[in-house]
This record gives sequence, structure tokens and C-alpha cells, in this order.
Amino acid sequence: MREKIVLDLGKLPLHGMGTASVTWWGTLAFMLIEGTGFALVIAVYLYLMSLATAWPINTPPPDLLPGTLVTLILLTSLIPNILLSRWAEQQDLRKVRIGMVMMSMIGTLPLIVRIFEFPALKVSWDSNAYGSVVWTLLGLHTTHIITDLVDTLVLAALVFTRHGRSPRRFGDVQDNAMYWNFVVATWLPIYGCIYWLARL
Amino acid sequence: MKPSAAAPEQRDIDVERAQLTDALAETWKTPSGLWGALATVDHKIIGRRYIFTAFVFLALGGVLAALMRIQLAQPEARLLGPDRYNQIFTMHGANMMFLFAVPVMEAVAVYLAPLMVGTRNIAFPRLNAFSYWIYLAGGALLWIAFALDMGPDVGWFAYVPLSGPQYGTGKRADIWAQMITFTEISALAVAVELVVTIFKQRAPGMTLDRIPVFVWAMLVTSFLVIMAMPAIVLASTSLILDRLVGTHFYNPAEGGDVLLWQHLFWFFGHPEVYIIFLPAVGMVSTMIEPFARRPAFGYLGLVMALIATGILAFGLWVHHMFVAGLPRLGDSFFTASSMAIAIPAGIQIFCWLATLWDGRPVFKSPLLFIIGFIITFVIGGLTGVMVASVPFDTQVHDTYFVVAHFHYVLIGGAVFPLLGAVHYWFPKLTGRMMSEALGQWSFWLIFVGFNATFFPMHILGLEGMPRRIYTYQPDLPWHGLNLFVSVSAVILTAGFLLFFINVMRSARFGEIALDNPWDAPTLEWATTSPPPSYNFAMIPVVGSLHPVWDDRDGLPVADGLRTDRRELIVTTLATAEPQAREASPQNSIWPLWAAIATTIMLIWSIFSPWAVVWGSIPAAVALIGWFWPKGTPEDES
Repeated sequence: MREKIVLDLGKLPLHGMGTASVTWWGTLAFMLIEGTGFALVIAVYLYLMSLATAWPINTPPPDLLPGTLVTLILLTSLIPNILLSRWAEQQDLRKVRIGMVMMSMIGTLPLIVRIFEFPALKVSWDSNAYGSVVWTLLGLHTTHIITDLVDTLVLAALVFTRHGRSPRRFGDVQDNAMYWNFVVATWLPIYGCIYWLARL
Repeated sequence: MKPSAAAPEQRDIDVERAQLTDALAETWKTPSGLWGALATVDHKIIGRRYIFTAFVFLALGGVLAALMRIQLAQPEARLLGPDRYNQIFTMHGANMMFLFAVPVMEAVAVYLAPLMVGTRNIAFPRLNAFSYWIYLAGGALLWIAFALDMGPDVGWFAYVPLSGPQYGTGKRADIWAQMITFTEISALAVAVELVVTIFKQRAPGMTLDRIPVFVWAMLVTSFLVIMAMPAIVLASTSLILDRLVGTHFYNPAEGGDVLLWQHLFWFFGHPEVYIIFLPAVGMVSTMIEPFARRPAFGYLGLVMALIATGILAFGLWVHHMFVAGLPRLGDSFFTASSMAIAIPAGIQIFCWLATLWDGRPVFKSPLLFIIGFIITFVIGGLTGVMVASVPFDTQVHDTYFVVAHFHYVLIGGAVFPLLGAVHYWFPKLTGRMMSEALGQWSFWLIFVGFNATFFPMHILGLEGMPRRIYTYQPDLPWHGLNLFVSVSAVILTAGFLLFFINVMRSARFGEIALDNPWDAPTLEWATTSPPPSYNFAMIPVVGSLHPVWDDRDGLPVADGLRTDRRELIVTTLATAEPQAREASPQNSIWPLWAAIATTIMLIWSIFSPWAVVWGSIPAAVALIGWFWPKGTPEDES
């Protein structure tokens, strides 16, 4: 087909930030997939709970301490995480490097406490359906923390290389921070489910 | 945001046309040879592979159907024993739903959607390559297991307790469950790519109301995939956990529940029907325009019907469970919502009829398949309204009436449009036309063969013939109709054979196709047949819903893009105003390594839970290799 030139796009930036970035939208789409997954496991929890004559089944409710500690760590981690996202937006490489190292360390903390959280459930996955669903909820969320931590570690290494100083990398840092916010946000209903619904 | 000073950048405006296409071809090329084929991220090559593979699975599933029809042609036949028959009907259903119907629709969109929105590659092209390898591995897993007499035998929906640890011994049910994981990973990956491509990579000026209906259909479908498929991933994973590590999700003795499986499965399973159906109606709305010689009637109504169907899709699942003993009020609600789906379906049918009524129809093979679709789908839709009613459903549940109904909606509603689409887009895919004479012959054989095969099944169902039986006794009144159905299936098979012959013959010897052989209005016809690796030498600028019809004096395009790196345009979501000249990733072998690592992990995890721990390490390594910047011009920003 013949063509006629009507528009010059030469002035456009070579990479878009935020909503102009395709990876931002991709991250959002994956969050929607995983958020649906979390919502469904919670639905399964509520479904099984509605069938049971006593809930939890043949076991006391989980100990509050480790789970609450994880909740506090995750909520506190939002402050450096949001700061890091701002620094990335300002494209301040020095601060982003500090922030990435900080978030790499903070990301391991909930995992350490979580080692104590599984025994605190006081039920095994193969004891009964209650045990199966709380282990699944906690396991699924732990997988998300591990995944984001690995991503954070790789990205932290990357910002210290020659590839660090680029809007693309700052965008990656922002997306990674957004994903951590998601990991924290999804924990709250799961925390309420595992620790407080079992006490109703 | 300035380009790096080291690389002297090359723009399309600085060079002559011949040099421009040479430079773009060099930048976007897929090198020849095995390595190039394995590492390519070109959406057209991957889309073609996807479509080809899906049709291979269609043919294999067809062979299974033929075996079942031979077995059922007479009472007490001895061709297949009960165990083999169980595997065959399970394989047929699982294969057709998970390895053919869903992937083929997404595959067509992988090929076409980037062309139709006027961009140069799909969003996340490496994820696209990965998704194909994962899909291939999942299909191979299922069929190799079947060849080893390990094929699943629990029905395509694998109800517990039959598929649970107590009754489903061996690894057959695990093969089913893990095949699900493979196909869902690939389907979810493609859904994300399509959503982002359609949201952010539309050509400048392609506002929401200028998006072709097929692209709208794929957008809605992708959201259905994103919202529905996690349910089946959860279902299949929890089933494997019950079978492997002794969880009790589906064990009533320990507080679990078998109906939980049906809820999870059908919360996915009903939207699944629309995941297959919506792309097909999108194809119809798009194909009907060049053959009716006028724009489709009621664009807004067509798009709204797609969205309405997508939303209603999540409120229907319990109609698969009417005989499971759920509360009456729930049954009534789901009857009402199931009948409501007839409204958006009806709107679309009336829009197509109006389009043909007011147009000057050209009865080429794609239009024949469209008309065949309308007739068949209306019949399937009417029996759908019938089975939405609880008393009627209770009577025909698990009989051949249901088999007839869903083949009418799935073959009539999705395969007919798909075959029309193959005839229609074949020139764009291959650069050659399909034979019109063979196309017409295959249409009539398939149309007549299909109705003669599946219509009598309604009657068999009303006469009480249950589904999934491997044989029946001579004193039951089903013999005559079963023989008729099996003979009719020969006609249907002949039609499909002719279709495949037409495809293979035309791919080699077909008439060379023009860029726009049907005089169609959408952007994929504005480039060559088949398109070059970069799709468009200059990105189109869109001013209407039918850019190729409305700009016959010359397609408006934009310049200013670089030719020395893979560059495409990111635009705003609603109004498609240009935002950035974004880089598109180069070819890479890492998606293949990642797919191999994932495959090993998933298959291993059928046998040991530790596979998830150890298997994730190579997968993580492959992902790091995939994302680590290689210092190419695409990394600049």
C-alpha cells in the first residue's frame, strides 16, 4: 500500500516510565493473576470453614507471635520500599543502590521469621483439610516473598554494573517495588484469615 | 533519556526506501538454521508454530474420536476395551480443550493482533517464545504418557474422588493435572502479552473505538484467561498435593469436600467455553466485513456483547452442577444467569444478519463457514437454553444430549469460524491463496457431516444413552442411530481431510496472494503477504475503524524511528497518543532453556515434592540469563 508521512515520532523518549512502560503493565497483569490465585485460596479456606462443625479442625488456633511479627516487618518494609521507588523515579543512582541493598536485607527478615511461623500453625498439612489449606496459604505467600527477594537480589547486583544508570533500570526498580507492595498487601487478608478467622 | 553518545543512531527518515527496508530486515531478522529457529522471538514465526502444533493436536484428537465412533457403531464391539476407552475419551476431551481449542485461538491472536493494531512485535516476545515451548512440552507429556498406556482415564474434568489418591492409582491422574499446569502457564503468558500489546502498542490514533472487533474479543478473552485460569491451576495443584503429600482438600473423612473440586473446576471451566468462543465471534465480526462488502452493523453492540459475555461468564459455573444437590435458590440463580447469556449472543447474531442483509455478500469459503457457524451455533445455543433449566438438565445430565449440545457450541461456535479464519488469513500467513473449490467442498462435507453426526446424539440422549460408555447391549434401542452417527462421522472426517489437503497443497502450490486479496479494511492487509519481519516499514497512523478502506489514496504513517535497534511505539491506553519509542527484545535462546528447566521441574514434581525446591534453581538461572542486559542497542534508553 502507498504511504504518506503525517507524523514525526523522532522526539519521543527511548523508554517510557510508569504507565508508559510495557513492563509496568505486565507486572500489573501478573499481579492480577496472582491476586486471583490468593483470593481463590482464601475462598477455599472459607468454603472448608463453612462445612466444618468446628474450626480449626481438632487443633487450637495458631500462635499469634510469629505471624504478627511478619506482619509488622512487612508493614515497616513499606517505608524504605516506597522511598526506594521515589529515588528510582528521581533517577538518583546512588540512593537507588543504597535502597536496593537495604531492601535485599529487609526481604530476608520475614523469611527468617517464617521458619517459625509454619510450626506455629500447630497442625500439619496432612492432618486434615484445615491443615492443608493453611499450609497452602502460607506456602503460596512464602513463594511470593522468595520470588520477589530473588528478583530484588539480581536487580541489586544489576544496579551496581554499567547497566545500572539507565531509565530502563530505574523503571525495573519501580516495578520491583510495586511488586513488593503487592506481596505486603496480599499478606494482610491472609494474615486475617489464618490467625483471626481461626479465633472466631 | 538521551541515546548513548557511542552509538551513531540510524533513523528511517535519513535513508531511501530500499535502504530502509534492508536496514529493518537486518535488525529484525531471524537467522536461518536451527539456532535461529530455536532463538527467534518473531510473533509471526511463533504464531505459525503455535497454529501448526494446535492443528496437529486437532488431527490427533480427531483420530481418537474416530476410534470411539468405530467402537460405538455396533453393540458389544470389541475394538476397544473399557480401560482403553476411558483413556481415549479423556484424552479426546483434554486434548481438544487444552491443547487445541484454547491454544489455537491464542495462537491466531499471537500472529494477527500485533499486525491488526499496527505494531512490530508482540509485547514480551521472549515470554511468547517461552509460552510456545511450555505448550509443546505439555502436549508431548500428555501424548507420550498415552503412548505408554499411562494416559489419564478420569474424564477431561477429572472429578474427585475418581481422580483422587484412593481410586486414581498410578500416575495417570497426575499426568492430566500436570498437563493442565503446562497449558495454563502458556495460556496465561500469552494472555498477559495480548493485554499489554492491545493496551499499549496500538498504532497512534487507534482509539478504543477504532480497535478491530477481533482484537477486542482477544482483549476480553485474555482477561477471562487471567481471571479464570488461576482456579484450575489451584485445582490441579491441590489434586497433586492430595495425591503426592497427603493433603486432604478433597477427602471428606478429614474435613475436605469433593464438591469443592467441581466448584473450582467449573469456576474455570465455564469461562473456558467463552475463552474458546469469544475469539471465534471476534473472527466472524472481522471477516464478515469484506465478504458483506460493508462495515459490520453495530460495532458498539458487538463490542459490548463481548464484554457482557465476559462478565456473565463468571456467574454461570453452577449450571454444570445442577444434579450435585446444591440449594434450590442457587440453582434458580444460575438458571437465570445461564439464560441471560442468550442476550449478548443474540445481539451479535442479529448484528451479523443485519450486516449480510444490507451488504452485497460474496459467497467465498470464509463466508460459507460463517453462515455454517450461525446456523449450527443457533441450534447449540437453543439446546443451551434448554439445559439451563434444572428439570430438563436433571433428565438429560450425563447423556448424549449434552454431548450433542457442547459439540454444537464448540465445533459450531468455534471450529467453523476458525476454519473460515484459516481460509481468510491463509494468504497473510503464507503469501498464497487456498483453493476455493476445495474450500467449498470441504465446507459442505464438514457442514453436512457435522450435523448428521451430532444431531442424532440429541435423540440418543433423550432415549437415555449415557456418556462415556464403551459399549452397549443389543437389546437397547440405540443401535440404528449409533451406526448412522458413525457413518456420518466418515463424511465429517473426509471434510477435515480435504481441508488439511487443501492447506498443505496451497502452502506449496497455491496462487500467489496479493497484499490485500479480499479488499479487507484492517491493518494486517496494509502490509505484504506474508509480512516482513518488522511488519511495517513505517508505523501506521490510524484515523478510522477501517483504515485500509478509508485511506485508499495512501496509508498515513509516522517516521522518526531508529532502524539500528528494534523499536516500536508505545501509546496511551484510551486515545493511543504516542508516549515512547520503546525497544523490543532481540532473539534469545534463554526462553528455551527456561522452558526446559521448567519442564524438568514440573514432570519431576509428579514424583517428588523436592523437585520444586531443586528444580527451581536451574529455572531461576535461566530466567536471570533471559533478563540480564546484553549491551545491545535495545538496552539503551
